[in-house]
Amino acid sequence: MQFDLVSPERSLASHAATSVSIPGADGDLTVMAGHAPTITTLRPGLLKVEADGKSAEYVVTGGFAEINAEGVTVLAERAVARADMTQEHLDEMYQEAENMYKTAKDNWQNEPGPVDDAAKLLGDMVAMGSEIGLSTKQPSL
Amino acid sequence: MPSLKDLKNRIQSVKNTRKITKAMQMVAAAKLRRAQEAAEQSRPYTERFNAVMAGLAGSVGGSDNAPKLLSGTGSDQTHLLVVMTAERGLCGGFNANISKKAKAKAAELEAAGKTVKILTVGKKGRDAMKRDLGSRFVGHVDLTEVKRVSYPDAQGIAKDILGRFDAGEFDVATIFYAKFVNVVSQTPTAQQIIPFEVPAEAVADVDGSTVYDYEPSEEAVLADLLPRAIATAIFSALLENGASEQGARMSAMDNATRNAGDMIEKLTIQYNRSRQAVITNELIEIISGAEAL
Repeated sequence: MQFDLVSPERSLASHAATSVSIPGADGDLTVMAGHAPTITTLRPGLLKVEADGKSAEYVVTGGFAEINAEGVTVLAERAVARADMTQEHLDEMYQEAENMYKTAKDNWQNEPGPVDDAAKLLGDMVAMGSEIGLSTKQPSL
Repeated sequence: MPSLKDLKNRIQSVKNTRKITKAMQMVAAAKLRRAQEAAEQSRPYTERFNAVMAGLAGSVGGSDNAPKLLSGTGSDQTHLLVVMTAERGLCGGFNANISKKAKAKAAELEAAGKTVKILTVGKKGRDAMKRDLGSRFVGHVDLTEVKRVSYPDAQGIAKDILGRFDAGEFDVATIFYAKFVNVVSQTPTAQQIIPFEVPAEAVADVDGSTVYDYEPSEEAVLADLLPRAIATAIFSALLENGASEQGARMSAMDNATRNAGDMIEKLTIQYNRSRQAVITNELIEIISGAEAL
């Protein structure tokens, strides 16, 4: 199964893989050869790739994954190899999510939809932080 | 008739100018290569993205509850023209061509009774648009500090535009930039981004044989991807513009270098002739002086 990870600025990985775990918007899903064709949006989280007994992990935010007969293509707005992930990176991402939440709260006072979405994004960001062993501030929702 | 010393100074100053234009040309050539590489590397993302967008837009786009970013507000009264140019000049007709195209479009829209608003990216375009259409000017995105355009820059611009769209400031948005064809030719291009139009080549490539499951749902995926599609369109326009700017500068500076060379040649001939004339004059004076004795 072919695995591609592309960000707008460059292609990060393109090789064969045995399984790929994707942090989908509705929950994680693991893709192996022969998976049903699916398009899912991503939540901030860890993308795990198994290839030749080795595994690689990437931190991804924003974008989607396309699964078809040939393999998996993940298009992430931001993708960083887990080893390169630093506290600064996370802080920056967290700050962005928090700003988004604040503006959503200001702009959509009577509609809960976008505010909830932004709150979920913020929550996902915190969960991702703890998963990779870096800490974020606790959000005040 | 300029004196010999004047001519000498003149030649020296043109030579110095030629050195500068030559250096600028070489810098532009190096930057062009980098800009082209950046454009090349972003291509896989854009292509995959547009392919998925084409599939989605095809199946959801027709329905009544399609997102506004795709179906439009139902009116086309107010147009936002996003004029993307360079931060610097000295690149031939690059900036002028883009603003000319935008101005023509603005004039056409206003003749049809539409309202025009202008947002600029890049200092040169701002100056040009403010001069003639200052009253339609609504904003400017400053990228002076940005050395290499990155995706977050495009996201910032997209966010600005989307914010204005949500606030109901306009119905249709069009971006103006120069498409890079090759070093000597860059085509000024207008591309509508709101309502979002999937590029024609992506639509043609849609392969109907694979039926996808969408998670969470087709509509949700589309709503999530549309703002990103706009950011992606802006990002690739910025990259194209970057390559075009350097290409235009490179050929402009190549011309300038060549012109300076021609000028030096002409001036040198003039210099030699006047020098010869001076010598001849002196000889005549000496000989006639000797004859008079």
